[in-house]
Order: sequence, then C-alpha cells, then structure tokens
Amino acid sequence: MTDRIVILGGGTGGAVLANNLAERLGPEIDSGDVQVTLINDDPEHVYKPVWLYVPFGIREPEDGRRPLADLVDDRVELKIDRVTEIDPDAQQLRSTGEVAPIRYDKLVVATGSTLAADEIPGLAEAGHDYYSESGATDLREELLSFSEGHLVLSVVGSPHMCPAAPLEFVFMADDWLRERGLREDVEITYTYPIQRVHGNPHIAEWARPIMDDRDINVETFFNPEEIDDGTIQTMEGSELSYDLLVAIPPHRGLDLVTEAGLGDRGWVDVDKHTLEAEHAENVYALGDAAATGVPKAGSVAHYQAGVVSQRIASEVRGRPATATYDGKTLCFVETGMDAASYVEFDYEHPPSPAPPSEKLHWAKLAYNESYWLTARGLL
Amino acid sequence: MTESEIETAATVDARGAACPGPLMDLIGAIRDVESGDVVCLLSDAEQSLTDVPEWAEESGNELLTVDETDDHYALYVEKS
Repeated sequence: MTDRIVILGGGTGGAVLANNLAERLGPEIDSGDVQVTLINDDPEHVYKPVWLYVPFGIREPEDGRRPLADLVDDRVELKIDRVTEIDPDAQQLRSTGEVAPIRYDKLVVATGSTLAADEIPGLAEAGHDYYSESGATDLREELLSFSEGHLVLSVVGSPHMCPAAPLEFVFMADDWLRERGLREDVEITYTYPIQRVHGNPHIAEWARPIMDDRDINVETFFNPEEIDDGTIQTMEGSELSYDLLVAIPPHRGLDLVTEAGLGDRGWVDVDKHTLEAEHAENVYALGDAAATGVPKAGSVAHYQAGVVSQRIASEVRGRPATATYDGKTLCFVETGMDAASYVEFDYEHPPSPAPPSEKLHWAKLAYNESYWLTARGLL
Repeated sequence: MTESEIETAATVDARGAACPGPLMDLIGAIRDVESGDVVCLLSDAEQSLTDVPEWAEESGNELLTVDETDDHYALYVEKS
C-alpha cells in the first residue's frame, strides 16, 4: 500500500515541507511506496514579506509571486484545487475540483492566515493595510500622496502575521517622511491592544525608547471597537482621530479547520513540540495554522516544516518520531529605510534585539531575495 | 464565589498559551458578548494575574473573581 501524505496549503510551510519530504523520502516515492501531494487553491506561491515595502514604492507585489510548479520538486504531486472539507475520522478531504474524496494517511494542515477586517465595524471601509496585495497597493496610493496630517498605525487584532511588521512600518514611515522633509507635518501614532508596544516584553522594551526618541506617539490598551468618520472608538472608552489609518486587521485561519473540530478560529490545536493535532489522529499542522503561541512568521513555518518532515519520514519507515520543534523563531526588524535589527529566540530563550545597523538591513534584503531558495528547500 | 456559582456567557481556554495570548483571547471574547455577560478565562500563565486586572480596570470591565486550581487560574470578567 502506498502511504499518502497530503499537505494542505502551498505557502512557506507547505512548500518547504513538500520539498523536504521529496528529498527525504525520494527512494520511497520513486518506488511507489509513498506519495506526497501538495494542494493549493492558487497556482502561485506568495512571499508576503514583500508587501511591507510596497506602500513605500520600493517593491511590487509581483516580486513576491512565483509559480508553485517552478518551486516544488517534480516528485511532489501538485494539485491546484480548493479543499472544502476535512474529515479526520475518515481521513479524507473534499474539494471543489474532484468528485471523489482525497484520502490521506498523513495530513499536514498549512492553511495559513486570512484577514477578518469585518469583525470590527468600519474597519474594512476606513482602514488600509499591507497584509494583502490589494491592501498594500491601495495603501501605496494613499501614502505616496500623504504630506500632512495624522498617520495612525493600529494593531487591531492579535495574533497576526509577522508580529514585527507593525513596528517596522512606523519606523520606516518615520524615516521615509524625514528623508522627504515631511515629518514635521505628519504626526505618527502607534496603537497596541495590551499594555506595551509588542506582545513579547523583551521586544517591547527594546522598541519603546526608539519610538519615544523619534516622536512616534504610543497608545496602549487600545482595542478598536468601531471606526467611523475618521475616528476610532475603543473598548477602553478612548477615541483617536486620524487622517490616514493603517491597521493590522484581526486574523483567522480557515473555517474548514474549525468545522473539522481541529481548533477555534481556524487555528489547529497542536502539541507545540511535536506539532501533532490534539483533536485528530495522523494530522499535523504548521506555520500560521498551528496554534503554538509562537509568532506567525515565515521562519517559524520553515523550521516547523523540517520537524514535521523528519517525523513523518520516521513514521513512514516504522521508526519512532523523535524530532521536535523548540520554538525557534528568527526575524529581521527594519528600524528605518536603511537600518535593521535582528532577533532569534525559542520557547526557552527570550529575544535580545541586536543593535540596528545598515548591515542587518542589507542582510534582510538579501534574505528576501534568497527566500526562493528556502521555498525550494535549498536554504 | 466559586466557579460553579457564576453564570458565564463564554469560557475561553487559553491554557498552554504564552502571554499575551490569554489576555488577547479574553479581549476577543469580551467583544462578542453583551453588556453584563461574564467571560471565564482559563489560563496557566502567571502573567494573566496582572495583565487581566490591569486591562479590566483600563477598560471599565470588572474582574469578579479568580479561582486557582492545581494547574491553572479561572478569571471571571463581567463586561460593563
């Protein structure tokens, strides 16, 4: 019997895993003992970190897109199809493209995050974002012509993709406006839902003095409840007026995850070390879709993919699966248009942001270019 | 008051989540309930014992009580 390994989602986690499995289980795939299938509803793979640079006119959304077929090993069966149902008991999927169910022996849910701006009245109409292609290009139109007024960056929902990106945006906006001689005419305010400027206290402690030095206003315990007519009203009873609102909308996973009983809001409940689903057999989850408590970041998905690949390969070969995920996370953090910091941490070791430097900025840009090697499983 | 005496509109199980996960989960649940409803937050993060009262005070919601068991806390917050 062929072991059928199905990966649901062709983002960073799904693509890296597919290529890693193809390499690791090459002999078994070639002999027909194992089949690896990657299902994605878009023929293109999207590298989302590019979007941070789009509003500033530095990058184009197309820079973050490549055909999945060009990135994924030929030994992987690639299906462009939309899965509509996961049935963990029957170990099968339903999709719009196939009448027959897609059966699996091992399923990896790598379905990522979606934006849910509609959860906050007025947000979808009033707020701009750079967490989607269309959001980033729309924001570019606004930002490039914004020369005076109040720019508000509001983190409305958490968890969200790339927890460093809101800090990066205000640091970059501050620097970008200074370089263009507009900073004195633009007030910048950053808002965050809890009592500090970032979920991780170490990063918050590092970022806050930078914000103070650069006259970036800060509002904490700020949870927008309604947005109307240029004003944000919060659950805490405060109000804030803006001329340009850049928001990090609430995020959700996919409904089919919740409908399958795998976890709430589309996030799969997993053992944070083994990445095995807690409510189903033979199901793993990784990346944004896995509720591990670590950031929803590409580096996390990358590292988790290696762990899941090793575990599945062990199981296929009838050996105990021993690989575990230690929470490793790595992020470059832009602190302006030509400087960046860097953090690396895991479940046991907190981050200690590196002093911002031009070298780290170029390291970030260099990695963004070499990301395509990561997606192909080479880096 | 103990767990069984408080009628809750929602329970949020944030056990296993690192901070600020539990507080963010609580804020999300408070968004979805009506004024006067009580949300119970289950958390095993020590930080919740300071995060939640601080936010409750800031937001005008009321932390009714905290029950402690062997391995987690149950924090009851009434929406104002």
